[in-house]
Amino acid sequence: MTATALGMPQVRHGVGNIFEHEPFPEYAKRELKNEQLRANLGFATHKIRTKRDAVTSELPDWQDLRTAGSMIKQQVMANLDTYLEEFERNFTAKGGHVHWARDAHEANEIALKLIQAEGVTEVNKIKSMATAETGLNEYLEEFGIHAIETDLAEEIVQLGDNDRPSHILVPAIHRNRTEIRDIFRRKIEGVNPNLSDDPAELAEASRFRLREKFLTNKVAISGVNFGIADTGTMTIVESEGNGRMCLTLPDTLITFMGVEKLLPTVQDLEVFTQLLPRSSTGERMNPYTSMWTGVTPGDGPQNLHVILMDNGRTAVLADQVGRQALNCIRCSACMNVCPVYERAGGHAYGSTYPGPIGAILSPQLGGIENEHNATLPFASSLCGACYDACPVKINIPDVLVHLRGKAVDAEKAQGEFAGGKKDPHYQMDAIMFGAKKLFSSGKLMGLATKGLPVSKLVTGKKHKISKLPGLVGGWTDYRDIPEPPSTSFRNQWKKERGAAPKRVGGSRVDVAALMEANKTKVAEAHAKAEAANPIIKEAQ
Amino acid sequence: MTDAKSEILGRIRASLWDSPQPAEPVRTYRRVSDKGQEEIIEILVDRLIDYKANVYHETAETIAGRIDELLAKASRYVVPAGLDAAWLPEDTASRSAVTDSGNADKPGALSVRELDAVDAVVTSSTVSCAETGTIALNSNPAEGRRAITLVPDHHICVVPVETIVELIPETVARLDIEKPITWISGPSATSDIELIRVEGVHGPRTLDVIILK
Amino acid sequence: MRVALFSTCIVDAMYPKVAAATVSVLERLGHEVVFPQGQTCCSQMHVNSGYFDDAYPVVKTHVKAFSEWDFDVAVAPSGSCVASLGHQQPMIAERAGDTATATAAADLAARTFELSQFLIDICGITDAAEQLGSYFPEKVTFHASCHGMRLLRLGTRQEDLVRTVGGLEYTQIEDQDQCCGFGGTFSFKNADTSGAMVADKVQHIEETGASVCTGGDVSCLMNIGGALSRKESPVQTVHFAEILASTKENPLKVSGPVSVTAGGK
Repeated sequence: MTATALGMPQVRHGVGNIFEHEPFPEYAKRELKNEQLRANLGFATHKIRTKRDAVTSELPDWQDLRTAGSMIKQQVMANLDTYLEEFERNFTAKGGHVHWARDAHEANEIALKLIQAEGVTEVNKIKSMATAETGLNEYLEEFGIHAIETDLAEEIVQLGDNDRPSHILVPAIHRNRTEIRDIFRRKIEGVNPNLSDDPAELAEASRFRLREKFLTNKVAISGVNFGIADTGTMTIVESEGNGRMCLTLPDTLITFMGVEKLLPTVQDLEVFTQLLPRSSTGERMNPYTSMWTGVTPGDGPQNLHVILMDNGRTAVLADQVGRQALNCIRCSACMNVCPVYERAGGHAYGSTYPGPIGAILSPQLGGIENEHNATLPFASSLCGACYDACPVKINIPDVLVHLRGKAVDAEKAQGEFAGGKKDPHYQMDAIMFGAKKLFSSGKLMGLATKGLPVSKLVTGKKHKISKLPGLVGGWTDYRDIPEPPSTSFRNQWKKERGAAPKRVGGSRVDVAALMEANKTKVAEAHAKAEAANPIIKEAQ
Repeated sequence: MTDAKSEILGRIRASLWDSPQPAEPVRTYRRVSDKGQEEIIEILVDRLIDYKANVYHETAETIAGRIDELLAKASRYVVPAGLDAAWLPEDTASRSAVTDSGNADKPGALSVRELDAVDAVVTSSTVSCAETGTIALNSNPAEGRRAITLVPDHHICVVPVETIVELIPETVARLDIEKPITWISGPSATSDIELIRVEGVHGPRTLDVIILK
Repeated sequence: MRVALFSTCIVDAMYPKVAAATVSVLERLGHEVVFPQGQTCCSQMHVNSGYFDDAYPVVKTHVKAFSEWDFDVAVAPSGSCVASLGHQQPMIAERAGDTATATAAADLAARTFELSQFLIDICGITDAAEQLGSYFPEKVTFHASCHGMRLLRLGTRQEDLVRTVGGLEYTQIEDQDQCCGFGGTFSFKNADTSGAMVADKVQHIEETGASVCTGGDVSCLMNIGGALSRKESPVQTVHFAEILASTKENPLKVSGPVSVTAGGK
């Protein structure tokens, strides 16, 4: 049954930082030339991959946790309206205030009013993807309110002129220690002018800068990792203690929360507090996890606000295949294992959400037809490493392919191509049309491949093709194509052995029984391989 | 024009046009430990040391002496009102304990400036998870309000052996969710610079854990 | 057994020697091999490029071609194409409202095996030298293709068979499980990122000192081989079926003339 048959709802996409502003391949091409960035990213992603592998493989029930996590999130999405109302009831009953925001702009407006009501011009912030999505800092700045990023990486990005985060977990992953030292020397007032690039010394400089802000600022802004529907509890995981400072010392706490961030019960935290840190930082547990249920007299902020934000999430929810993207718990494991992210870096994805999850989230939140979001689902070799790493089993490759279908449909719906026959879309359509014709008939394949010897004219004396025109020229920018064979396999076979009968009747072999009988053979083959040719790694 | 809440809920209901009916979650992961207490304690200690926390094994007789030693450089330290006084060393001319009442709005609570000026904090804890090396504070009288274990730079945390469990599900089950909860897994740390873990940013930079038999 | 060879379009048109090697290994085990002439392509190129409508006739062609023949199992020298059959063909047919083809495609997919799966799980082969007579006295490294590894869950099947080949010296590459950057149309639509990926792959291959890089998908090998060729590297790429087919009596020669290149980029 298709969506159209049932009258697919009209969806409202979000606004804010959920767009790719130029085609991904072009942005990536520029970023790939930045050797420092490539080196920083390669180092960091390899390091975190190794850590994640170690702490996920040490748990005997890691796959069970992933399964539970995935199923719990599916329940949340299937009953999202019910859980949101339950959460609102409980959060309110315990002294909190709930606000609803249709989009990023409305969420920012609500936050501004709340801050203005407190009469402050400076607020502390915990790293939050939701406020990065809404562009809150820039918005507040227009109204004379300065938001201080207190997470070290966000601080590095905020102090680095015109910089922006490039990773969900480690927003400054694109910076190395020397670059950070230079930023701190330039931007932190009163800092030791001989500050070294030792990470411990750099962290100390941040402590020095922010201590006073923590002790004095009366309003803090946060995101949230998990909101619990049946109690109204909020949970934030962090490492540095800046989160605890913001959640404990101010009078007012304003929390941005995407509507999808709920878990049904407190018990569900036993799954997600295992999945998140191991997938994210590759630690068994992050240093600090805070949980609070409403206002506690004499302990922590007495004015608690949560802004429940849609901003395109309901549009994602409407897509049967794509809605699993809402299960994301923002761990960043997918980008850490992604070979495309590792080379192109986070900025190339344009949106707040980089990497594989960004490639399926941004086009759905912001609309695939908007800006260059349609290029994001193609920013993947479909290698599948992200799916294996995802703690809630989001099948990112499947969603990517699904969205590629939507991108092609959206592009076809636009009609004529602006670039005429030179337009890459036109060329792609032509390639696909030709291939469809060819692959729709074995006979045609046979005839067409009789022309293979002709292609030898192209390869010439080099016995290979080194330059192709147009769109497919991208291939020969980096590789040769081997000389085609003088005949295709099908034509050779037909000539030599074409006489076998199609139908021979009789009973068929019981394949399942054979597989059952051979079920120890995989391990046996591996043992023999180990004995015959032990792995010797060289040049490492 | 409808209000934002009704509109968002309306959008959600429209988006669930196909009435998805996902299966009930299966919880086949480990929920109950199959290990003995000694082994569980060993795991906890291993994890804590891995996080660069300092770990000490004490009894009711030796704990005050250990805390005395750990507070060697301190002059003022804070304790929650409900902490067992027998755990603490006697005040000396150069060092004294300050008790926090547990409610910032009531007399007897230290201001954040005062908390920033003390050298250390000593508390107990509610439950500890060995597998992840996590100590949970749950605002009980011997743990105090959240700020006292946050602002001072040195946290001496007592973990009574009977509060140690192996698994996270066992940990969550022992928590009172209605009161503020802080999970602590090692001292404050960051990996934001080249993913190198550095202990000590904004939270306490030294975490001493006393396992109390 | 009567085995229907699913050559895959790229092997058929560009690497007939890989299909021939597959046939040689299958026949060595006493199986009868047939080649359904109506076959073309698994449709993956269309599906993965987002051209679902255009994929449908390709899916129908594949299902029809194999349904015209009696056979016990179908075998293909490709993890990627075999994975696509079960993973994508039913979805494409369903999408076109063709439930009959969707069911037939799923049934056919369940009877189609990647070569190493067939050899180990169905034929019980665990030692290529002993049971297949495979002999290939070269220093070899192996690229684990993504779809075989992550969609078919082949594990180390292909690699293990290679390691038991007589005379072969094996060496493992760093980041063996990382994508080579092929990704079908990704390789030219995101040419620069793909180029960066294959450059790293090639570097790791060269670091091993192997003379041959093998693998289970010619598409990846064409990508890797093309980049090696552009670098004028002496390392050759061959499909693991060719190594299994190689014997002392009839050895696979890979040290052919290294062609002279007109400098690319």
